Amino acid sequence: MDRPPPAHDPAVTDRWHVVAPAGTACATTLLGEPIEVCADGSVRVAGGGAALAACNAHGYVWASFGTPLALFDIAELAEPDRRTLHAASIGVATSAPRAIENFLDMGHFPFVHDGILGAEPFTEVKDYDVALDEAAGEILATRCRFFQPMAAATSSGGADVDYIYRVPHPFCAVLYKSSGLDPSRNDVIALFVQPTGEESVIAHMLLSLLDDNNDDAAIRRFQQTIFAQDKPILESQWPRRLPLDPRAETPIRADKSSIVYRRWLAALGWRYGVIPAGG
Amino acid sequence: MASERQWWPVAASDEVVPRHVFQATLLDRPLAVWRADDGTLNVWEDRCLHRGVRLTLGTNDGAELICRYHGWRYASGTAGCTYIPAHPADAPAQTIHNRIFPVREAFGLVWSAAEAPAGEPSRFDPAATLVLRPMPVAAAPADVAAALGAEIGAAPAGLHLAAADGTAEYFIQAAGAGRSIIRGLAVPEGAALAQLARHNAALSGLRDAIEATAPPVAISTAPALAPAPPGYDPGAPGEAGRATPLRLRVAERTTVADGIVQFRLTPVSGQLPTAQPGAHIDLALPGGITRQYSLLNGPGETAHYAIAVKRDPASRGGSAALHDRVRVGDVLAASRPHNSFPLRRDAVATRFVAGGIGLTPLVAMARALARAGAPFAFHHFVRTEGELAFRKTLAALGPYTPHVGHAPAAAEAALNTVLAAPETPQNLYLCGPPAMLDAARRIAAANGWPEARVHFEYFANEMPATRAGAFTVALARSALTVPVREGETILAALRGAGVPVESSCEQGACGTCVVRVLEGMPLHQDVCLSAAEREDHIATCVSRASSARLVLDL
Repeated sequence: MDRPPPAHDPAVTDRWHVVAPAGTACATTLLGEPIEVCADGSVRVAGGGAALAACNAHGYVWASFGTPLALFDIAELAEPDRRTLHAASIGVATSAPRAIENFLDMGHFPFVHDGILGAEPFTEVKDYDVALDEAAGEILATRCRFFQPMAAATSSGGADVDYIYRVPHPFCAVLYKSSGLDPSRNDVIALFVQPTGEESVIAHMLLSLLDDNNDDAAIRRFQQTIFAQDKPILESQWPRRLPLDPRAETPIRADKSSIVYRRWLAALGWRYGVIPAGG
Repeated sequence: MASERQWWPVAASDEVVPRHVFQATLLDRPLAVWRADDGTLNVWEDRCLHRGVRLTLGTNDGAELICRYHGWRYASGTAGCTYIPAHPADAPAQTIHNRIFPVREAFGLVWSAAEAPAGEPSRFDPAATLVLRPMPVAAAPADVAAALGAEIGAAPAGLHLAAADGTAEYFIQAAGAGRSIIRGLAVPEGAALAQLARHNAALSGLRDAIEATAPPVAISTAPALAPAPPGYDPGAPGEAGRATPLRLRVAERTTVADGIVQFRLTPVSGQLPTAQPGAHIDLALPGGITRQYSLLNGPGETAHYAIAVKRDPASRGGSAALHDRVRVGDVLAASRPHNSFPLRRDAVATRFVAGGIGLTPLVAMARALARAGAPFAFHHFVRTEGELAFRKTLAALGPYTPHVGHAPAAAEAALNTVLAAPETPQNLYLCGPPAMLDAARRIAAANGWPEARVHFEYFANEMPATRAGAFTVALARSALTVPVREGETILAALRGAGVPVESSCEQGACGTCVVRVLEGMPLHQDVCLSAAEREDHIATCVSRASSARLVLDL
C-alpha cells in the first residue's frame, strides 16, 4: 500500500518529523524508511546507513531526510510549575492527516468519549473561529467551547470547556484547554504524529498540565483511555488517506477546522498521506 | 460487468439478528446489513458519507442506524439522514444519504446486488430450505466452484451448483477476488442437527483441500468503494423541476377521531424522500388547491407518508376536498418533505403542547424521541373528548395528558400549569390554532422559558397581510436590484427576476422562504420568526419593507 515518498513532496524535504520520545534508543520507521534512533538523539538509516538531520525538542527526537524548516515552538513548556510528560506512543493504522483531523474534531466527543469529553444530549458544536496564518504557516481555531462531563483527570463535574486548537505542522496539533485549577492558564495537550508510512502512524502524545494531585500514571491512563477510544474509529475510516477534494466526503459547519486543514494541505502541495483533489 | 447486475447471497437470514449490524462483503465491497424492527432489511455501503467510518461500528436502534463517530442518524429503507447532533437546530439536507443496494430475502438467505438486477433471486429449488453454515474459503470464486462441482457431481452454472443427487444446492458468494463463501441449502431429511453437522464436515474438508492446492490470490485490503452518490435521487417518482414532483397513491384512509381522517400515502413508483420529524408536504388537491400537511411518520417509516386531516367547517377547500373527494386508490401530486420545524434533541427533556389537529408534527417528534429513549411529556388540548386523535399511540410512547373542553379562562390556567418553567432547561414544542399558540407563547415567556427554547409552528397565519407600498430589494451576493411593486410579494419579484427561492406555505407560517436581511427595515407579516430572528431575517412570501430599500443575503 505504501508508495515511496515522492521526492518533490514538502513532507520529505522541508519538515521535521517526530521519531521517538527523547532518550529512547529504538528501531523505527519514518516515511516508509527503516531508521535507528540512538539514545544520544542521533538518527540514521537502518543497517548503518546515512545520518539524518536530527534535533531534540519538546521532549522528543525529530528527524528529517531533507533540509527542514525551523520547528514550531510551544511557549508554555518553558514554565517551571508545569507537569510535562510523555503520555503514550500508539501505533494506528491510518494516515497522519486522519489522526490530526480527529484531534481537531469536537463533534465526536459525546459519542466516542461518552461520559468523559462529552455526553448526550449535549451534542451541539457551537460556532467557533478558525483561520490559517499564512505567515506563520499554521492554523488556529479559537472560541471553541464544548460541554464536557469530565474534561481532565482533575475534573469533578461537567462544564463548558474552552479550547484553542493550533496546527503548527501538517502532522502536529496542539490543544490549549482552560485549566481546572487556574482558569487564566491553559493545559497543553500535543499530538505529534510520526508517519511510519502513508497509511500507518505512531501517535506520540505530550501533556503539559497544571495538576498537583494526580500521579503520572493516572494522568497517562486518562489520556490513553481517550486515545484507545479513538483508535478503532480511526482504523475503520476509509479511505485511510485524507481526501482533499471537498466533495469526497460530506462536511458540515462543525467541520470548519477540518475544511481549513484540508485546504491548507492542498495549498502546500502536500501529497503524503492524502488523496490530492482530482488525483 | 455481468456480476454487478446479478443477485448474490450476502448473508443467511439468521445472521442478520435484531438490533445488530452484520458486516458482509460482496465483490470486495464492504456492506452493512441490518434489519429494522418492522422487518425491513437494509444493505448499505459500509461507510458513513460524513467521515468514512464503517457503519457496522454503529448502532441499530430498530428504525435507524446511528453512526458511531458523530451520532448521525440514517433512516431504515432510504439511508437518508434524519439528525446531525452537532447542529441540533438544523434539519439535515435531503442530499445527505448513504449508498444503498438492492435487497431481497428468500429461502433463508439475504440477497443483494451492486446494481438493480432485472429479475428476482429465484433460480433454485424451493425444496432445499435447510440453510447450511456458510463456509468461507480463501480462494477465487471460480476455483471454489470448480472444486465444489467435482465433489458433488455438478457442472457449475455460473456460481450456482446443484448436487447430482438432488439433496442440496450451493451458491458461491464472491466476497472478493480471492475470497469466497459457500452458501448451501439442503433438502431437509429428518434430524436437522445431524444433517447440518454432516454437511459442515464435508464442506470443511473441501475448504482444506481447496486452500491446500488453490493458487494463492493476493487478497485486496482496499475495499472497492464508489465515490459518494451525487445529489439526491428519490427514484424519479415524478416530473423533475416541479414543486410537487412526487406521485402518491392513497393506500388507506382511516377515521382516527371525530372529524379527523388519517391518510396513508404510498409512492406510485420509486422511493420516497426521507422525512424528518416536524416535516410537512405540500399536497395538490382536487379543485386545483395546494395545502400543507405535517407528516406523522415515526423513525424508519420510509415506505409511506402518513397525514391526518380534520374537516374544517370553515375550510377554504383543503380539508373538504380530502374528506369528501379523495378515495383509496386516488393519486395525488405532492412536494418533497420540507422541514421548517426541526426537532432539537439537545435538552435533558422535551415538552410538547398541542392544540386540536396541531398535534400532527408533534406526534412524529414524540415517536422519534421515544425511539431514542429521550424523555418527554405530551399535552393535548381539545374541545371534546372525541377529538383526542392518537390517544392510545401517544399514551404508549410516554407521559401523555389530555386536556378536554376548557373554557378560555380554564384553558389559560391549564396552560399556566403545563408551561411551568422546568428546573433544568428543556425544549418546548408548540403547535395549534393561532389563538392558543399566542396564549401559550405569552405564558411560556411569563413563566421564564428562554425564547431560544420555545419552538412553534402555526398551521395557519390568520394575520391579515398588507401588500401596499413599493420598494426595492438589493441582492448582496447576486449584485442585483429587484423592484417590488405594490400588490406583489418579495418572493414573486425575486422569482420574476430569475432568482430561485424555495417556498412552501406562502402564508408566512412555514419559514421555507426565509432569507437573511443585511440592511433596511423589514415590515414583518409572518408568524414563524422569533423576535431574535426578526432582527436579521425576513419571510419573503408575506413580509415587506418599511424602508425604501432592503439588502438581502442572496
